Amino acid sequence: MIFVIDLLAATLRNATPLVYGTVGETYAERSGVLNLGIEGTMYAGAFAGFATAWATGSLLLGLLAAIVVGLAAGAVMALMTVTFGANQHVSGIGLTIGLIGLSEFANRLIFAGGELQRIEPMPILNPFGGLGEISAVFDQYALTWIAFLLIVPAAWWLLQRSSFGLEIRAVGENPEAADAAGVNVARTRYLALMIGGALMAIGGAFFTLALLGSFTLDIIAGRGWVCVALVIFGRWRIGRGVIGALLFSLVFSLQFRLRILPGFGELPFELLLALPYLVVIGALALSGRNVAYPGAYLKPYRRT
Amino acid sequence: MDVRCFLALPNPRSLRGPIAIATIALLISACGGAATPTDVAEGDAPVTVFGAYATQIEEPWDGVIHTALNAEMEAGRIEYTFTDDIGYSGDMERVLRETAEQDAPDIIFGDAFGNEEAARAVAADYPDTAFVFGSGGGPVEPNFSVFDNWIHEPAYLAGMIAGGVSESNVVGVVGGYPVPEVNRIVNAFIAGAQETNEAVEVKVTFLNSWFDPAAAKEAALAQVGSGADVLFAERFGVIEAAQENDLVAIGNMSDQQELAPEHVATSVTWNMAPTVKYVIDQVMAASYTAQDLKDFSMVGKGGAALAPINADVAGGIPDDLASLVAEREAEIKAGTFRVDINEGTPPGSTIPDA
Repeated sequence: MIFVIDLLAATLRNATPLVYGTVGETYAERSGVLNLGIEGTMYAGAFAGFATAWATGSLLLGLLAAIVVGLAAGAVMALMTVTFGANQHVSGIGLTIGLIGLSEFANRLIFAGGELQRIEPMPILNPFGGLGEISAVFDQYALTWIAFLLIVPAAWWLLQRSSFGLEIRAVGENPEAADAAGVNVARTRYLALMIGGALMAIGGAFFTLALLGSFTLDIIAGRGWVCVALVIFGRWRIGRGVIGALLFSLVFSLQFRLRILPGFGELPFELLLALPYLVVIGALALSGRNVAYPGAYLKPYRRT
Repeated sequence: MDVRCFLALPNPRSLRGPIAIATIALLISACGGAATPTDVAEGDAPVTVFGAYATQIEEPWDGVIHTALNAEMEAGRIEYTFTDDIGYSGDMERVLRETAEQDAPDIIFGDAFGNEEAARAVAADYPDTAFVFGSGGGPVEPNFSVFDNWIHEPAYLAGMIAGGVSESNVVGVVGGYPVPEVNRIVNAFIAGAQETNEAVEVKVTFLNSWFDPAAAKEAALAQVGSGADVLFAERFGVIEAAQENDLVAIGNMSDQQELAPEHVATSVTWNMAPTVKYVIDQVMAASYTAQDLKDFSMVGKGGAALAPINADVAGGIPDDLASLVAEREAEIKAGTFRVDINEGTPPGSTIPDA
């Protein structure tokens, strides 16, 4: 029982950055832009959040700094792919490499050569403390609560039920028709990329402001790319993407708990480490056939 | 410059107008930023030293070498420049050759892990330069010396503390890769824990990454979930898990007490200063030869040490345990106690023999 409670708590905790990243990437892609800048945006959010919180002593200011960096990263991606119509793969990978380079450069300028710096990270909150043993599942950071109780429902409502969300989906499916109907395609894509960028950056800041309280190189460690895969796994739907994040996180957390059990000594640990990826790939192969991509995916829009 | 940066070179046909080019160029130029800073000492120092690091100097292993060389530069004994983040895809040979050809430094320090052939090939072509590299191999005449982090002795002492303070008799270790350098530290730690606690079970998790503190923390939390109450943080991220659960952690590579002053009991530390000082002295005296500098990274010559024990940690450190550790430490220094070097991969869970 304790094993299961511990595992469920870990699943929610580890899914948090993936949820922010996946929801953010979903917004970008539903507007027709594949944002491979996600890994760099998460990295820059992690660094900007930490550096600001370290300098000011305020986690809230750190989070705001991450959001500002995320908005800016989304705007740069939009400048390249929407205004200039540049290739989205090249722009996104360039943005990721550029943002990682800038973050590491700033890291060296600010924290050169010294010992690793730490801040007092976000505390764990439990609004359901009175439920006995099972309440340990709800020992989570504020950013986890915000992700599941606020961001996911709000992002779903905005995308699926609001007229702004309809505009995002319209410019992602058929920008000519949206344009003819009076929707400003460029403005809508800019906004979708900036909202997405802000969410990705919060996902990155989760590592430095909540989970660890410090910034180290390579802190995102490829989780941005996992989010790109989870968006496809979720068929560009917020709810399915979140389920994918939870599934990945469940297996990720499970394998760390299995391999220290005495019976698992013979199994190569590399296999267990690969398990979350294998499960998501397997689920994708089973459920991902005949997936309909957004109609204007990867296509810049020009009035002709 | 990191090879990844070349991936960012844009296809010119995909660009619309000069502003797009400028934007992408700005992003690309940022890649080089972290790669090649240099520090040059004022005045004319007698010995010139170049550091060639495969990783960034923020990575703890190369950071230890960089720190020792920086200290010598600040003491005015050497002129020191370095290039870091050279990587493992062929740039090491180019950087070393260019430096040896153009600047001809007296000594090149670096890490050869993942770049063994490149480092050794260049060293053979420039016999007048001292090549001193972190390596799993041996020295080569006339100029290629090797060193490594031989910190199994303080790891044993740290294990004694871990075994001694554990009440659940379960101790967790989170490491990067199961390579010889890590395995011998972990195995010595396990042996130390077994000396002070016959019933101890040691759980070991490898991450297959040198840098993933979030995964390291999760691995540590999994160990805590299965009963571990002392954690050895071979990698970053583990001390945070101990702090969150009010448990005792042991740091690695440098004294990490500052990261969580109430939870880090001690740290297993490596110090390159004795190695660096010895090599510079030898070069100054024109008596440098290729050799295995292993001893200079061990307790006897001050290259490895257990950081001061922090008795204020959660639960405290019993006095008799501290004195037992001090006794072993003295025996190691006196050469009367040898810690076994075992470079085999430790199992995920070491259970005491029934």
